[in-house]
Amino acid sequence: MTAQDRSQGRHSRDAVVELASVETTSGHRGLILEEPLIFELGQPGRLGVDLPDAPKAPNRLGALARRGGVGLPDLAEPQVVRHFTRLSQKNYGIDSGFFPLGSCTMKHNPRLNERMARLPGFADIHPLQPISTVQGALELIDTLAHWLKTLTGMPAVAMSPAAGAHGEFCGMVAIKAALAARGESHRTRVLVPESAHGTNPATAASIGFSVDPIPATAEGRVDLAAFKAKLGPDVAAIMLTNPNTCGLFERDIREIADAIHGAGGYFYCDGANFNAIVGRVRPADLGVDCMHINLHKTFSTPHGGGGPGSGPVVLSDALAAYAPLPWIVNRNGSFAVLEAAEAEAAHSFGRLKAFHGQMGMFVRALSYMLSHGADGLWQVASDAVLNANYILASLKEAFSAPFDGPCMHEVLFDDSFLKDTGVSTLDFAKALIDEGYHPMTMYFPLVVHGAMLIEPTETEDKATLDKFITVMRALAEKAKAGDAEAFHTAPRLTPRRRLDETLAARKPVLRWSPPKLAQAAE
Amino acid sequence: MSTVKSTVKFTADHEWVQITGNLARVGITQYAQEQLGDVVFVELPAVGATFAQGKEAAVVESVKAASDIYAPLSGTVAAVNDGLPDNPSLVNTDPQGDGWFFEITLSNPSELDGLMDETAYQAHTGA
Repeated sequence: MTAQDRSQGRHSRDAVVELASVETTSGHRGLILEEPLIFELGQPGRLGVDLPDAPKAPNRLGALARRGGVGLPDLAEPQVVRHFTRLSQKNYGIDSGFFPLGSCTMKHNPRLNERMARLPGFADIHPLQPISTVQGALELIDTLAHWLKTLTGMPAVAMSPAAGAHGEFCGMVAIKAALAARGESHRTRVLVPESAHGTNPATAASIGFSVDPIPATAEGRVDLAAFKAKLGPDVAAIMLTNPNTCGLFERDIREIADAIHGAGGYFYCDGANFNAIVGRVRPADLGVDCMHINLHKTFSTPHGGGGPGSGPVVLSDALAAYAPLPWIVNRNGSFAVLEAAEAEAAHSFGRLKAFHGQMGMFVRALSYMLSHGADGLWQVASDAVLNANYILASLKEAFSAPFDGPCMHEVLFDDSFLKDTGVSTLDFAKALIDEGYHPMTMYFPLVVHGAMLIEPTETEDKATLDKFITVMRALAEKAKAGDAEAFHTAPRLTPRRRLDETLAARKPVLRWSPPKLAQAAE
Repeated sequence: MSTVKSTVKFTADHEWVQITGNLARVGITQYAQEQLGDVVFVELPAVGATFAQGKEAAVVESVKAASDIYAPLSGTVAAVNDGLPDNPSLVNTDPQGDGWFFEITLSNPSELDGLMDETAYQAHTGA
């Protein structure tokens, strides 16, 4: 059979590409529908359900009674179902395809985890119900805590922090409390390498520490001499990310730990990139005093649009006493919750969150750990690093890697390969959208110019990586061939084309107003 | 009428300083605005605030990054560019003119000696 036979009258590929620039009468493109806001869909008098009239009752609200409508749209059930179904179809997530967003560890969320989290004994409980009725849930938190301590080699863990930056906050407040207990509250300077996560300096500053940046070496790692020169009697801590945001392991980490301890400070390690070393390196062996663990990265609990983060913080003996409330303690096989700074928790710095933490994420993370086992977690780190190095090795000729040698779990390129092409990192990322990929992290870390940070995770197989590599090479060739215009107008195949991001940031429209009110406000 | 001569100096952090008598007007350089890209937000210090040289005095945020503006010289803020927060694009369109940030009354004019002249700054940016 010839190719023409197989077409069965369908149009050739060329005609389809032309359609990308054709406007339709409906505004819809293919089966991607132009979606109005739900307020714009509403029509007065439409009903989804038939409600009886409200019984007459005396008004006891007085002057507080609402004088106008609440402004909710009137809709029928099919409109509501279609609207939210279509919105869900516009969402791109890890369940849709490859999501190489560097520094975010967008890995598969196993369905086994979801099944476990939906067990009624975990899903249908409330933190205020009697402790005797939630012993299983408390045991699960305690078991997860045990494995987090085992994997990190640390003696204690605070489970309540709700996400990575919340975990940083927890760790740094514990450091502040420990310094106060030592009578050394004059230690207010926190050293933060340029290769650390951007939240690190923000966390330190928000607690009242001053931030002192440490420059990176030409190798993309902490400048050890510059770090040592900054040590002094006013230094509270160093906040270091390892592997760092250049995707590189800080080889001098033991020497850094010894130096900060020798100077009387503490060592906060940002554990956001723990996926690169889980099961292979114990942070305690690196001299870490505290580190947050993103359950929503390394331990596969959903994040982004898919669920809340969870950022337990492991603590060394020097900091364990200051861990936040509540403490879950095992009293001869029965679990108790210490809600106040008393007994074992007498020195706790207080409460970070209303309750115990993100219970649903605890279930998922433990499910992930137990289903992988120690050998499986070792394999996770190995495969994540292998995948990243496969991309690095495949693209380093066409792209420009700012640092020599292999990487850890993520690959960093700068924009020097785009020099004089008229194409920027932003243009390149937009063009990737047309190719069906969620763009990589861009312009971060700041230590290189026009950064592109790619993290494949262990989730992806070789076929997925090969296809991505082919696309990336083709785009790089296209840019170098001088086709800048194609990049400047990308994305062209999406319902909306290139957005004016500057205008969106300068004059953000953050909420819908009914047309009448908008007129009145003018 | 007397003519007051002003000179322009530069810092390694890509700020320009226009000195007229004891007053220094501060902004970011053409090179800095090109590196930042479209500026979307500016936060200025309060008039009367006092800064030591090198301390964070203002904030500039672009579509790409957020950066601190450091006090290039020690002193007290005498004036700020009031219109700038409402029209941050001035930093892009006229960085060394209407896009200025604040003016400082110098408390230690000898610090001026540590700043670069235009030739040295051009060499610093590799231009």
